[in-house]
Amino acid sequence: MGIQGMELFAIGVVIILFVAVLKQFGILEPMSLEDSSDSDLELSTVRHQPEGLEQLQAQTKFTKKELQSLYRGFKNECPSGLVDEETFKTIYSQFFPQGDATTYAHFLFNAFDLDRNGSIRFEDFVIGLSVLLRGSVTEKLNWAFNLYDINKDGYITKEEMLLIMKSIYDMMGRYTYPSVRDEAPSEHVEKFFQKMDRNRDGVVTIEEFIETCQKDENIMNSMQLFENVI
Amino acid sequence: MAAGVATWLPFARAAAVGWLPLAKKTMPKPPVDKKSRNDEILFVNVSGLRFQTWKNTLDRYPDTLLGSSEKEFFYNEDTQEYFFDRDPEMFRHILNFYRTGKLHYPRQECIQAFDEELAFYGIVPDIIGDCCMEEYRDRKKENQERLAEDTEAEMATDTPLPPHSTPRERLWRAFENPHTSTMALVFYYVTGFFIAVSVIANVVETVPCRPPKGSKKDLPCGEKYSLAFFCMDTACVLIFTFEYLMRLFAAPSRCKFMRSVMSVIDVVAIMPYYIGLVMPENEDVSGAFVTLRVFRVFRIFKFSRHSQGLRILGYTLKSCASELGFLLFSLTMAIIIFATVMFYAEKGTKGTNFTSIPASFWYTIVTMTTLGYGDMVPNTIAGKIFGSICSLSGVLVIALPVPVIVSNFSRIYHQNQRADKMRAQQKVRLARIRLAKKGTTNAFLQYKEEGGFQDRGSDSALCLKNRSSFEHQHHHLLHCLEKTTNHEFTDELTFSEMCMTESVGYRTSRSTSISSQQGVSTSCCPRRAKRRAIRLANSTVSVSRGSVQELDTLQVHKTSAGPQSRSSLNARTEDLKLNCDDRDFTAAIISIPTPPANTPDESLPPSPAIPGILRNSRCSSFTHETVKISSL
Repeated sequence: MGIQGMELFAIGVVIILFVAVLKQFGILEPMSLEDSSDSDLELSTVRHQPEGLEQLQAQTKFTKKELQSLYRGFKNECPSGLVDEETFKTIYSQFFPQGDATTYAHFLFNAFDLDRNGSIRFEDFVIGLSVLLRGSVTEKLNWAFNLYDINKDGYITKEEMLLIMKSIYDMMGRYTYPSVRDEAPSEHVEKFFQKMDRNRDGVVTIEEFIETCQKDENIMNSMQLFENVI
Repeated sequence: MAAGVATWLPFARAAAVGWLPLAKKTMPKPPVDKKSRNDEILFVNVSGLRFQTWKNTLDRYPDTLLGSSEKEFFYNEDTQEYFFDRDPEMFRHILNFYRTGKLHYPRQECIQAFDEELAFYGIVPDIIGDCCMEEYRDRKKENQERLAEDTEAEMATDTPLPPHSTPRERLWRAFENPHTSTMALVFYYVTGFFIAVSVIANVVETVPCRPPKGSKKDLPCGEKYSLAFFCMDTACVLIFTFEYLMRLFAAPSRCKFMRSVMSVIDVVAIMPYYIGLVMPENEDVSGAFVTLRVFRVFRIFKFSRHSQGLRILGYTLKSCASELGFLLFSLTMAIIIFATVMFYAEKGTKGTNFTSIPASFWYTIVTMTTLGYGDMVPNTIAGKIFGSICSLSGVLVIALPVPVIVSNFSRIYHQNQRADKMRAQQKVRLARIRLAKKGTTNAFLQYKEEGGFQDRGSDSALCLKNRSSFEHQHHHLLHCLEKTTNHEFTDELTFSEMCMTESVGYRTSRSTSISSQQGVSTSCCPRRAKRRAIRLANSTVSVSRGSVQELDTLQVHKTSAGPQSRSSLNARTEDLKLNCDDRDFTAAIISIPTPPANTPDESLPPSPAIPGILRNSRCSSFTHETVKISSL
């Protein structure tokens, strides 16, 4: 290298150090430093206040006390008043520790999030609960149909049903007795379609669904099961 | 389960409606909830501060006190609330745990108080939130270390000598704690003096003295006065050898002693002398011998036995070993890097000092520690640039681990100081405890005296009024114990006197022949009695006590008077008066002209002469109240 090389090297090192010092003082700003800090503030300022108690009472079948109790729990968990999908998935997964509940939670989230804005407000939450717990059988069946109909086009296709079924079986996890075979969800879907699809057109409409369910005694009886949850 | 999960459970259950149309089998029946699900507000009163919360909040954690039925024990029917007689400030944090699911550790609270509260409310400290977990752990570890140190310190130094120590054990104790006996202290100072003398002699030996007549060159004093220095050296080495051998003899575990640092230093300090004696006056080996003399300087380390500060420093360095290691490692890395760079930078210069990379090490070290001797200086520009970077980075690299070492040293030093303060405090505390215990015992003995067992006469009622019902019950309990074991309580002084005079009992006159004294001696000082049972044909405790002892107190007097004076009521009342007036009159010497028979054994028949004598002596004591102050 020789002396010249060493000198160049030395000068190079000095320049690098100099630049580093300048960067520290903020005099040299090669990168944009602004954007990163501000975006953190955005999420926290979004807040949602629910509608008044009377309006909710009118919209749902809960009593005032029940609404109060529900809101207290909801607000405790989500102080901002909104539940986004990730939080929802986390919460729901806590109940099914053995399996993977995230896919089903995704479908459930979409069923609750009526206005499809990516977050569940207290109204959505409470209206959904009202249907599930205090609604008539038809309303509950409607809600179930809405859950299965992923793209909300009014028809349940075999693919949609398969997705739903797979997500439910996923929640079971690996350690089941007997073991969940890979064909189990599709077999289950086949059986479902055999039962529900009257006109064998490959899709289940809402009328077919409700009609079939109303004829099935087991389903009708089980609809009363969860009425005392709250 | 976390609080959040409990809140969302009803929702998850409701969402299960979505599975109903798909179910292959029928669904099971839901559990029936018998309790009313209406949420109610509970009132919790903690030492006057009223808290209110929903019942559901507390039910979130059913395995704690507030979440389970255990809180019903604290329910106050009259005020319809749960009352806890605990710290209200701490309760805030406890309640917040229920509300938010996260337990926080308040930094300004004492860690032990916090732990106690948690234990009371049944909350496991492991669920402290991440934000406070580190602080909690640190404080807890600090506290535990402190407690361990305190118990160590308690056990270590100031324990009283066990009564049956062999001379060897006593010697060891004298060496380890020179403050225990005066001989040990003397020896301690003597060795210290000789260490100093030896070190100074070593130093002065090399100073040039005026040359003797006829010679021009300056001679080091060691050679001029070689005989004197040799004698001094011999004396010092003799003392050190003697000390070392004594320590070796006294050590409880010789192998461990020989491996300890201090013993190694001792050996290294005295070895050169002996080797020098043995070695012949050979020219070849005398060079090595001269080197050995260097080791004599290790005698200065013997001072660390005498100085606690040195020990602390050594301990600090040991405990900062990792920081020191890091410092050394980073320095080595930097040295190698900079030495290499400097060598290649200065390679071209003619007549340069940087002849090789190891030669550059010296320059790098001198520069990094900002010594700058100037014996090696770069000439090229590149060399100068790198040289300046080297010195700047040297400052940084050295400055980094130093605060850690300093803080370690300060912590250890403060701990040591604290240990000393604790010891001083301990003495005061123990004295207070002893006084309190004595007070209780004396109260009980007094109680016995005043015939608390029998029907309360009018005279005795005077003093008995002052006692609470608690004391009455306590005394009754002690009395029951006495009756159970058929022994009586006496106070410490009486007991120690009996034991002490037991040892000299056989020396004194054997005038009084109360045969049951033998039995007494066996009961109170069994060990000594067994040894001397053969010799103690006739001696009595009381005899020796009377003739030898000047130390006596009113309490002893009182106990002695007690069983005796049942025969004469007068004595009792006099005694009573004494007690009532001079309650605090604990330390007064009354020389007893004739020995009262001080036996706790009730079966002893009081000889008629004795109460009279007692009365006399008591009167005499009453007249000169503070005869002498006992040297307790």
